[in-house]
Amino acid sequence: MDGARHSMLARLKGEIDRLESGTAETLRRVPLGHAEADAVLQGGLVQGALHEVFCDGAQAPAATGFAAGVARLLADQRFLLWIRQDFSARENGELAMEGLAELGLDPRRIVMVSAHDADSALRAAADALACNALGAVITELWGDTRAFDQVASRKLTLAAQDSGVTALMLRIAAAPQASTAETRWMVRAAHSPPSEDWGAPVLDTSLIRNRHGQTGRWIMEWNCDACQFREPQTHSRLVAAEVADRSVRTSVTSAGQRLAG
Amino acid sequence: MVAAKRDNALMVVACDARASQGGVLPGMPLATVRAMHPAVEVIDHDPHADAVLLNAIADWCDRYTPLVALDGAEGLLLDITGCAHLFGDEAALMRSLTAALTRQGFETSAAIAGTAVAARALTRGAPRSIVAPGDEARAVAPLPVAALGVDDAIVRGLRRAGLKTIGEVLARKPSELAARFGEEFIAVLRQATGDDDAPISPRRPAPDYVVDKNFPEPVATTDVILPTLLALAKLLIAAMERSGKGARQLVASFFRSDGAVRSISVETGQPVTRVEVVQRLFAEKLDALADPLDPGFGYDLIRLAASVSVTTTEAQRGFDTTAHQAEDVALLADTLAARLGARRVVRYLPQDTHIPERVALAVPVQHCPPDAGDAPWPARADIPPLRPLRLLQQPEPIEVLAGVPDGPPAQFIWRRVTHRVTRAEGPERIAMEWWRAAQPGLTRDYFRIEDEDGARFWLYRDGLYEIEVMPEPDGTGQPRWYMHGLFA
Repeated sequence: MDGARHSMLARLKGEIDRLESGTAETLRRVPLGHAEADAVLQGGLVQGALHEVFCDGAQAPAATGFAAGVARLLADQRFLLWIRQDFSARENGELAMEGLAELGLDPRRIVMVSAHDADSALRAAADALACNALGAVITELWGDTRAFDQVASRKLTLAAQDSGVTALMLRIAAAPQASTAETRWMVRAAHSPPSEDWGAPVLDTSLIRNRHGQTGRWIMEWNCDACQFREPQTHSRLVAAEVADRSVRTSVTSAGQRLAG
Repeated sequence: MVAAKRDNALMVVACDARASQGGVLPGMPLATVRAMHPAVEVIDHDPHADAVLLNAIADWCDRYTPLVALDGAEGLLLDITGCAHLFGDEAALMRSLTAALTRQGFETSAAIAGTAVAARALTRGAPRSIVAPGDEARAVAPLPVAALGVDDAIVRGLRRAGLKTIGEVLARKPSELAARFGEEFIAVLRQATGDDDAPISPRRPAPDYVVDKNFPEPVATTDVILPTLLALAKLLIAAMERSGKGARQLVASFFRSDGAVRSISVETGQPVTRVEVVQRLFAEKLDALADPLDPGFGYDLIRLAASVSVTTTEAQRGFDTTAHQAEDVALLADTLAARLGARRVVRYLPQDTHIPERVALAVPVQHCPPDAGDAPWPARADIPPLRPLRLLQQPEPIEVLAGVPDGPPAQFIWRRVTHRVTRAEGPERIAMEWWRAAQPGLTRDYFRIEDEDGARFWLYRDGLYEIEVMPEPDGTGQPRWYMHGLFA
């Protein structure tokens, strides 16, 4: 009797392990392009999951840039639905299509939804995540809100898993709180590297939650040409594309050597 | 009794049955009436309220025919061609209409005739009459001339000539009448006798497809609405499918038993050919109504109409997923637009201008031209982004400390925070479009700025120093600075 129970427990555990590993394998991970971050993320950000980006009120543009970059990577040329709360546009400005185009996103594939408040924004997000023609749904909320609680985040996570559409929460001027997010980022602007053609988004990103791995903090630069993140470049124009698995330091020295040569 | 000021004297405009029994007639001076009946109750004439009420009644009359026209300030014309058999016959339709209006508390007089003018004359002279086609001349002959609804001057002129009834007028030669009262009067006469006809001008175009659901007992619960709409949608879509049509705009009308009518419309970007879509759009719309449907004493008729329809071609969905991605997104946009409003679900179309705030035009997804996805955006100029990621809705004035008046800023205060500039790139000069406006505004010199914290800004100086903006010796007249955008 006891033995039978043990064997049954073992069988069920095995079943669970199989299911868990099975789901982990079917998840598609998209590399950010930043070698260290990708290593910590075990290959990149998971598609069809909920990711959160937090920032201070004054760092909204940097966080917007990060979210836009992540959405570009995860949406992969499909339609992007950007839902924003009206107050956020008043406070931090409207999303500028020219600027997005320069970052490598296609304005023709962006649908913008303005929501009165956090509740209607989240409802629209839940509906949108059911539409698998979309690549990603970005929900931009301003300030702390009770609307996005555990239940709401669970709802979005399940919807994202079902359809494979990535859910991105852009939380401006909000404090991180418990949720079912796969990853949670805290983003602020970082100094541009000392070069002539400065101005590409350089971001100080902290991965403050990662469901399947460690956390970390990296300076990332968005490469508008390759549409990927990368280590900040000390020299403006690299001749060759960088190797993905090289650490920050070697890339810096190699860049320096090229400069000297 | 209703009175209003006409020609500097208070005149009776309208009165009820009791007043007319007492000898009061519209057009009498109020002072005369007061002398006759000191206790008479007088209400100020409110033409606007009358018009609103008449329109509400006209809305309600939509249940008999889609073609309802206002006839002056006090009448309605219904074109019931092809509608009468739905209510039995013409007499049954008129009985039903007048009985319902009487229940609502209105006094009515109605008549049915082959032409609008004949019907109008009969309602005034001989209510409740139904005139067979071709019989109009005989029916209107005994009526007074005033029943035609023509100008008062004509009526007075005819009376002075001794012609009191329409029949007496008709006995005259048309050429004599035309010389005295004009061709238009002849046209009205010909219409009154049925020799000629003019179409009525309905208040709104007749919808392409309509389905109704009548309730013998008014339903007063809201849960019946959606199932009814679903059943109606099935009928409507089936009817449209037979002629290869899809709906671009659907209107659901709820007729309350007390006469109030509420119409709710949803619009779609793609023509609707599926019942589920209709149901979903209305569910969203009803859910999002600011003032919800109030069934009151219950609805006795719910109607669904396709007011705008387009020809659709049934296309088999291929295996190419990108082709119907756009279709699915359009469907989602319709749903969101039904709930949030069409102006809140937009796409951006590039505009041929270099003024930053006008480059992207927000267009509701539902109203996007089909080829909107093809309009190319200008290619990126160079490696660092030259345009901000977020553009403030209004450029915000900032206080700037600049080394030289026409140079980049060294420090600025925006939203009460001081930012020290560590890097600046510019100016990028953007002149206003003089060919669009007489006063196009000042030339802007834009700078890309990075502050000591690494935040990147896009700000501009309004006006060229010493060219458009003239500094005064006392230090005033300096160019103003504005924050316009934020880089990532």
